[in-house]
Amino acid sequence: MPEAMDASPGAAAGGLAGRLWRGLRLPLGDPLAVFGLMIYVLFILTAVFADQLATHDPTEILYTPDYDLAADRRPGEDGYILGTTSLGRDIWSQLVYGSRSALLIGLTAAVMVALIGTLVGLVAGYFGGWVDAVLMRLADIAFGIPFLPFVIVLSAFLEPSIWNVVLAMALVLWRDTGRVIRSQVLSLRTRAYVEAARVCGSSDLKIVFRHIAPNILPLSFLYGSIAIGWAILTEASISFLGFGDPDTISWGTMLQDAYASQALSTRAFHWFVPPGLCIILVVVAGFLVSRGYEEILFPKLKE
Amino acid sequence: MSGPRAGVPLIEAEDVAMHFRVGSALSALVGGRPALVRAVDGVSLTLMRGESVGLLGESGCGKTTMGRLLLRLLRPSAGRIRFDGEDIAALSGAGLRRFRARAQMIFQNPFEALNPRFTIAAALAEPLENAGIPRAEWAGRIERAMELVRLPDPGQFLARRPHQLSGGQLQRVVMARALLLDPDFVVADEPVSMLDVSVRAGVLNVFREVRARLGLTAIYISHDLALVRYVCERTVVMYLGRVVEDGPTEAMIEDPLHPYTRALVAAVPTPDPDQSHAPLPIGRGAPDARNPPSGCRFRDRCPLAHDRCAAEAPRPTRIGARTVYCHLHG
Repeated sequence: MPEAMDASPGAAAGGLAGRLWRGLRLPLGDPLAVFGLMIYVLFILTAVFADQLATHDPTEILYTPDYDLAADRRPGEDGYILGTTSLGRDIWSQLVYGSRSALLIGLTAAVMVALIGTLVGLVAGYFGGWVDAVLMRLADIAFGIPFLPFVIVLSAFLEPSIWNVVLAMALVLWRDTGRVIRSQVLSLRTRAYVEAARVCGSSDLKIVFRHIAPNILPLSFLYGSIAIGWAILTEASISFLGFGDPDTISWGTMLQDAYASQALSTRAFHWFVPPGLCIILVVVAGFLVSRGYEEILFPKLKE
Repeated sequence: MSGPRAGVPLIEAEDVAMHFRVGSALSALVGGRPALVRAVDGVSLTLMRGESVGLLGESGCGKTTMGRLLLRLLRPSAGRIRFDGEDIAALSGAGLRRFRARAQMIFQNPFEALNPRFTIAAALAEPLENAGIPRAEWAGRIERAMELVRLPDPGQFLARRPHQLSGGQLQRVVMARALLLDPDFVVADEPVSMLDVSVRAGVLNVFREVRARLGLTAIYISHDLALVRYVCERTVVMYLGRVVEDGPTEAMIEDPLHPYTRALVAAVPTPDPDQSHAPLPIGRGAPDARNPPSGCRFRDRCPLAHDRCAAEAPRPTRIGARTVYCHLHG
């Protein structure tokens, strides 16, 4: 009895750190989620050790020993792992450094979107009334903003930077997360155990964070992982349209570069397939991981 | 029960009403008057300390709403509820926390009354934590409560989660949770209706036993007269948001005064072929709480209704220990 007592109420009362740790419990039971995690780990390692992995400076224009431009090399040719671009830049090194900006944008945008959306959804759904009305009208306004043009306008007003995408997502994309989580909270707050918590004296704050929030966490993760994909895709679109930061190498700028150099017509698949593949992998990994979280947080799904 | 303070009212509800607005604000704007559901419409109820009262009625009669009002899970649209002399609507902060520790609920569906993500130990720790009970006392209190509800060997349940327990076990845990803080008042909302018939008796017996042992003041909400008879000395019959009859359970079953009570009593199947009450045919029309009939709420289903029933609402009439709201007795 004493051990059982210590373990669980302790965790329940263990404060924010304990709850966060439980929230971050990695979904190692589901093979697909493990696959997703492995992709994340791979990209995170790549981003961290980019300096070691890259063979060249990604923006450096490379020359042969005879001072010819080392452009349009095929993979493996002259020791360039993935060949070079039409301007003589090393594609492999660009791909490696691209993972840095992708993860930076993706993760910060995901955190912003999931955090803002979750808080808005929780507050609106639980407290209802005028708070709900105000927040949902704000969401309506956000829904009325066309996202890509908004990012473009924002980029035009601000310095070109990858952070524009993060800012735009934080300003606009919380709307989906907020709406969905609000509707979930509306149904959760009528659950008998929420009422039971109130009867036994739990405050609103405690009910929201202990009884309701953990149940919508998989939704937050889901929308967070969608946001990772969206952020990377949006950054790619913005770069592709030429509004990106020309000094930052990202998979989007690589695609834009390849497109502008008509890589498709020269059949330079080694140039645009790898960044495209990387984008797809990271986005898919997000979904796989959130699926795994869902099974952890709703143990009944499994049994 | 005959404690030292028996005969002192613990709960006094005066003319309590709970009206719910249905439909959105927009439809109310377009349609003019918003539709009101009068779930509870002028109920007065006094519970003496240690008394156990059955709240009886069909679905939609407002019995569950009344239970939730008494626990301040809802705030009444009108009327006043006093708990131990204090108006519960005025409670806040520490006063409300004290009230929460003293008034508890046993839920209808034990499968939903416990957070599926919490272990039983965590679920039981929550009220203790809220009430500020020192952590050192938790284990002892939990053990005592588990003993009260006859959950043998509580250690084996504590680390489990609700979906790993049976319905009967869960309902005992729910009861234990309600009893942890030594409450004075418990509302049991059809606590066995979601349970398998085979375990109902066990849970009911535990409820009866615990109530008697702790001298709890209890409200037992049910639509089943036989269950109420088993656990409550006094019964309050509700119909469409109002009380129709209130009095000692046995006397009520022997000689129901209100036509609706008669119908309820007659509807209980008995093994006796020569049952004493002829069944009373009442209309089957489901009552609509949005448009209740004028005068007596029951008149459109009542075979004995006369002109006066439509004209005025019956006033309470005391007959012995009982109170009945019917013009036949007025």
